[in-house]
Amino acid sequence: MLLAIDWWILLEKAILILAVVTVSLVIAMYATWAERKVAAVMQDRIGPNRAGPFGLFQPLADGVKLFMKEEIIPNTSSKFLFVMGPALAMITALMTSAVIPWGPTINLFGREISLQIADINIGILYVFGVVSLGVYGIMIGGWASNNKFSLLAAIRGASQMISYELAMGLALIALLMMTGSLRLSVIVTQQSEGLFNWNVMYQPLGFLIFFICALAECNRTPFDLPEAENELNFGYHQEYSSMKLGFYLFAEYINMFISGIIMSTLFFGGYDIPFVNEVAWGAHWWVGMIGFFVLMTKAVLFVLLFMWIRWTIPRFRYDQLMNLGWKGLIPLSLINMVLTAVAILLFKK
Amino acid sequence: MQALTNRAKLVNRKPMTVVEKLYLWNIMKGMAITFRHIFMRKPTVRYPEQKRSFSAVFRGLHVLNRDEEGRERCTACGLCAVACPAEAITMEAAERLPVEENLYREEKYAAKYEINMLRCIFCGLCEEACPKDAIYLSQTFAPANYSRKGFIYNKEDLLIPHPVNDPEAFEKALGERKVQKV
Repeated sequence: MLLAIDWWILLEKAILILAVVTVSLVIAMYATWAERKVAAVMQDRIGPNRAGPFGLFQPLADGVKLFMKEEIIPNTSSKFLFVMGPALAMITALMTSAVIPWGPTINLFGREISLQIADINIGILYVFGVVSLGVYGIMIGGWASNNKFSLLAAIRGASQMISYELAMGLALIALLMMTGSLRLSVIVTQQSEGLFNWNVMYQPLGFLIFFICALAECNRTPFDLPEAENELNFGYHQEYSSMKLGFYLFAEYINMFISGIIMSTLFFGGYDIPFVNEVAWGAHWWVGMIGFFVLMTKAVLFVLLFMWIRWTIPRFRYDQLMNLGWKGLIPLSLINMVLTAVAILLFKK
Repeated sequence: MQALTNRAKLVNRKPMTVVEKLYLWNIMKGMAITFRHIFMRKPTVRYPEQKRSFSAVFRGLHVLNRDEEGRERCTACGLCAVACPAEAITMEAAERLPVEENLYREEKYAAKYEINMLRCIFCGLCEEACPKDAIYLSQTFAPANYSRKGFIYNKEDLLIPHPVNDPEAFEKALGERKVQKV
């Protein structure tokens, strides 16, 4: 006896989840390729160009290599925790993609399909919760490695992520004061009116703070002390080999990609094409596709910006990092909040 | 104290201005530099599609020479083996039969001539020691091999192509060398 609910929704959501996870994984794979190529052209050399045209099969070769390597589990206190670390990192990295609106609502087979897996009414708060869980992946990995250097790196990583989450949340409060809703779909539709309605125009300082905190959350240079490739001997993923290491590295790239998507959604209009009124086109399936590609372009530009910054700036020292987080960004975001509040009261937006 | 050169610059020890402390402007200047480097020409040589040419005195693989009629010059005198600091050359001599007068220049010739490329250090002392201008180092890079046995080159591998039967290959292998000794 079947319940009286709409069963087709399950199929829709299943296909959407599958598509989103596949896209995230493929983009993370080619983000490794892009990282090597971008690093190379900035350093006056050419990157991988032997594995297929322009080295495009290089990530496949890397994946095969990681699968074929020997799985080493050191003599740790807990094998379960050792295996769970990268799994947790990967899970939290992928879970954030559930609430993002990938495109406008489309009309397909006579049904209204929204290109968002879960349009919960606490959208952004959910994203923050999951990002905070990501700290566990690093800490568990560092602890279960049974290695002082990894533990140090994991502790640094955890403290860095917690400090920068505060500033990120505060920068977002100013944004939420303007939008009035936590739902990501509402935030995107509010920015759909054009380029000058994008939230970055109203909140430039907020965007800057959010961007710096996103860099810190993804453990990217200049905040990559937990990974510290030439200081702390690779940091928290030193003891990992084969696919567990692959999961940690992939989780980092997926995090980067999802940060790019969230920044585009919150500040740059999401799937909105600037200067074009695509609401007037109707809800066809190809409008959805175009919106999706526009969002992808913005996210890819952000990912390239992350890589550009990585290969330009040296790493922060740990006390400089903490200073910046607590003594620099938090007061700045509080000032931003106060200014936004004053502006809202004055202009009654 | 007298300065040795006139290139000394005074170090700027002024405290950082507010803009410099913010560091954002400096970061953007750095990013502009890296951005400019994307469009610079890369000095990478795309081997093996592009190769760099060696100089004329490059010491590569050995070549056993012949004279203009195609007779082997090497007389198995052993001077190259003695001169070799790595003891890479070994040879066995043989006497020339009256039938083989067009194959070898003099009455003594090398029946077996082997160079162990793993021992060879490509110093060129064998080329300098040879009195018959029979061995010289060409511009070919020594190729890689999967087994140690493949690195022992015997006489057939080292001989230059026949000038009468195969003139183009002979000219190519000779390169820029001119025959000096008789």
